[in-house]
Amino acid sequence: MAPRIGVVVFPGSNCEHDVVQAVEAVGAEGVLLWHGDAHLRGVDAVVLPGGFAHGDYLRPGALARFSPVMEAVNDFARSGGPVVGICNGFQVLTEAGLLPGALQKNGRLRFLCQPVRLVVTSTSSVLTCGAAVGDELVMPINHFSGNYTCDADTLHRLQTENRIVLRYADGENPNGSIDAIAGIANEAGNVVGLMPHPERASSTLLGSEDGLVLLRSLVSAAATSAAA
Amino acid sequence: MRFRARVEVQLRPGIADPEGATIERALPALGFDGVAHVRAGRSFSFEVDAPDEGAARTTATELADRLLANPVIEQSRLELEAI
Repeated sequence: MAPRIGVVVFPGSNCEHDVVQAVEAVGAEGVLLWHGDAHLRGVDAVVLPGGFAHGDYLRPGALARFSPVMEAVNDFARSGGPVVGICNGFQVLTEAGLLPGALQKNGRLRFLCQPVRLVVTSTSSVLTCGAAVGDELVMPINHFSGNYTCDADTLHRLQTENRIVLRYADGENPNGSIDAIAGIANEAGNVVGLMPHPERASSTLLGSEDGLVLLRSLVSAAATSAAA
Repeated sequence: MRFRARVEVQLRPGIADPEGATIERALPALGFDGVAHVRAGRSFSFEVDAPDEGAARTTATELADRLLANPVIEQSRLELEAI
């Protein structure tokens, strides 16, 4: 049976159907989950998609963290279930305390919508387990607050525990993120947040298929989680 | 008793503030010289019903820390007055 990947729909999410289509293209079943429901309908992995949850009022992710579904996502993540936050979903995960640090406004205060070159820097996560360290991927970013920051201790831990899963390639770092961080994982590697959009790099028609290696990793982690 | 709370949220010292920096760079063109260290922030106001000032302060502080500010990068300052 195909692993079931739940994609949370907050008011203001706008990438949920793209994610469903992309994970279905690599062998999973996509299941939309409403943010107001306090359960996950038995899915094997959860994606918090991009968009503007709750209008990004106050701060991106600040209100989404109080949506009823987030308690279930929190329990699922703490029990080892694969959880991936893409773009706005990454912001939600940091606000919810499932990932450390915060995403500030871009360094030059510009909304960025462009393809970027990324390098896989760790394979110890549900999103990068099928990739290889050093793989260069081109994927689009589309955000105003993607400038990752954290305190020096947290950065040291992320570096030494091999939890920085994606970095902007040399000469990129479009938003000013500390240590060119584009994506990080939690300690166990089952919760990942990233600013680039793998679902928008899932077909040659979209200009790149480089996101597929990440989506396949997630589907395989979901299958493992389903079997457990 | 009812209190009016005013919470000011700013980025912590040492956290880069591109908004403040952009405002600062615009100042000389407008003829403002000698202005430095511009920091941008947000201000919130709300009213709290509480038995006394201490209780109102506790509620407002918790609200500011849990929601209005992101303690990873921001700090808040509270002003309270009885109304």
